[in-house]
Amino acid sequence: MRNRVLASFGVLVAVVAAGLVVPVAGQAPKKYTAPKTPWGDPDLQGVWNDATSTPLQRPGNVGDKGVLSDEEAEEFQKSLEHDLTRDRRDGGNAADVNRAYNEHWMDARRLKITADRRTSLIVDPVDGRIPPLVAPSPERRRAQAARADGAARFAAGLPGDFTDMSWPVRCVVRTDVPPYLPTIYNNNFQIFQSPGYVTIAPEMIHSARIIPVDGRPHLNQNLRQWLGDTRGHWEGSTLVVETRNFKSEEGVLLQGANPATFTITERFTRVASDAINYEFTLADPMTWTKPWTALIPWNKVDPGEQMFEYACHEDNFDMVHFLTGARLREKNGETAGQRPARSEER
Amino acid sequence: MQLRRMIGCLGVTGVIVLLSLAVPPLFGQQRAPVGPQFPSAYRPPRAADGHPDLNGIWQAFVTANWDLQDHEAQPGPHPELTGAYGAGPAGQSIVEGGEIPYKAEALARKQANFENRLRVDVSNDKTWHAFGDPEMKCYMPGVPRATYMPFPFHIVQGTGPYILMAYEFTSATRIIRMDWKQAAPTDSWMGWSRGRWDGDTLVIDVTGQREETWFDRAGDFHSDALHVVERYTPVSPYHMMYEATIEDPKVFTRPWKISFPLYRRMEKNVQLLEFKCVPFTEELLFGTFRKQTAR
Repeated sequence: MRNRVLASFGVLVAVVAAGLVVPVAGQAPKKYTAPKTPWGDPDLQGVWNDATSTPLQRPGNVGDKGVLSDEEAEEFQKSLEHDLTRDRRDGGNAADVNRAYNEHWMDARRLKITADRRTSLIVDPVDGRIPPLVAPSPERRRAQAARADGAARFAAGLPGDFTDMSWPVRCVVRTDVPPYLPTIYNNNFQIFQSPGYVTIAPEMIHSARIIPVDGRPHLNQNLRQWLGDTRGHWEGSTLVVETRNFKSEEGVLLQGANPATFTITERFTRVASDAINYEFTLADPMTWTKPWTALIPWNKVDPGEQMFEYACHEDNFDMVHFLTGARLREKNGETAGQRPARSEER
Repeated sequence: MQLRRMIGCLGVTGVIVLLSLAVPPLFGQQRAPVGPQFPSAYRPPRAADGHPDLNGIWQAFVTANWDLQDHEAQPGPHPELTGAYGAGPAGQSIVEGGEIPYKAEALARKQANFENRLRVDVSNDKTWHAFGDPEMKCYMPGVPRATYMPFPFHIVQGTGPYILMAYEFTSATRIIRMDWKQAAPTDSWMGWSRGRWDGDTLVIDVTGQREETWFDRAGDFHSDALHVVERYTPVSPYHMMYEATIEDPKVFTRPWKISFPLYRRMEKNVQLLEFKCVPFTEELLFGTFRKQTAR
């Protein structure tokens, strides 16, 4: 109940923020009316891509500017592209080796800033930054510390066990956990609609988020899932999606949010034939001092570009490579700290 | 069958008497159909595009995931640990004619698959897929196995040129591309599915499947030449008949067919839940590579 109130509060904040403070991405000069499905719902069907170089949080070098002028935007664009590209060879051996996984494998669309020239994907708070964290309970602190220890062993090339690897590395979940954030590749989402449902299929990893929009209640709180339990409804032409009941495993949610109290509200609005505004509000009183909201444009992909199966676990040879490599290093007497940490760039 | 048993029971002396009395009524009339029947000439409700509306959550209730062919009830792999937990139910063959038409050498491979169904060796990339039922390793099951695993699947049929099939098992999905020309760009676990309507039947042509998937826990398998043609025909508001023709000249002497009904899941507020089984199989696959602590 408390969650619901907080989530509603989050939505309210988002609406106010989007309406008053920040120009909305793709805001058309004249009002766009989305086509309807034969059963009367706004039609969001298609394959969409959310790649962008605009960072989630506003970087320090743009001061407190939320929206840039054309000239500033060009510079911002260039500097982000330079930092992100994996085809440059100016970082010394370690960086070079890391960037061998080069632009060939990456989504080139992630090198472009959003068309509305914003400096952060976060639109609320107005400083474009994630609100301060709440001090975790001792129990949460222990769980987070254990997760961090495992991550450190993995980063040092010495994972003790498969549990030292993150859920994405283990192919349990990847960018299919909401909120949907842009990443280096496979930024595609296909939306399907049928009477009473909107279904979002994220390319990575191949799961389908089947969202009832028929007013049914959520699952009971004691039935928890990796991707949570999702219900949607229409507010005008906007699909509003509320998700809760996330599993209690540490490290699945953004910033180590607390699955017991985390809720997310997502809003999908078609603002042009080839664009959806994807806006999400995260609320978790055990993690952030207040809810926060980001807005990410989704662009329709060329019809010739199809979604393709992203298998992950089936050929996840890396699991064994990481572990056998670690065993070999131990045998050779290596300890953590002797190797440069793996770059987080990847 | 029944007649033969009756004759057997009566013995030789009774046969002549029985025949003279019983033949006219037994063979002179048409026998009533045995067992449950779907309504004849069913016309399914239409989706927005005028084709039959297949939207909903469906599930098979055959036991073909244990074995496509006739099989007796069987203990689980480790009855000394789990007792009757994990034991398999008996079931009748869903294969037309009962038997899968294996080539001789392929039949030997099936037997070897079965014997090695619980074996895992991922220590070498080259033998990664050599042993073990892919289901046990939580791999996407491919087609048609996904259809008769003991898990539901959801058909999402909208207005675009796509139909989505989402399966509960390991959250596998596949996109059916309707009236699509382009062939599979490369192989995938759930294959490349192209659909068309044949009257009230959704026909799906599936190619480009990875060769590593199996048909069942009995080791039934295929090669990279697998070609599956599925037919989904609504036969009542709550049932579809499912039929798949399986062709693979490297493994089978001729195409063969399976069929069984799919049932609409009718529970109030039923939804697909998660069966994300990767965490259930990691210890089996990767546990041996764990750091050994001093005892």
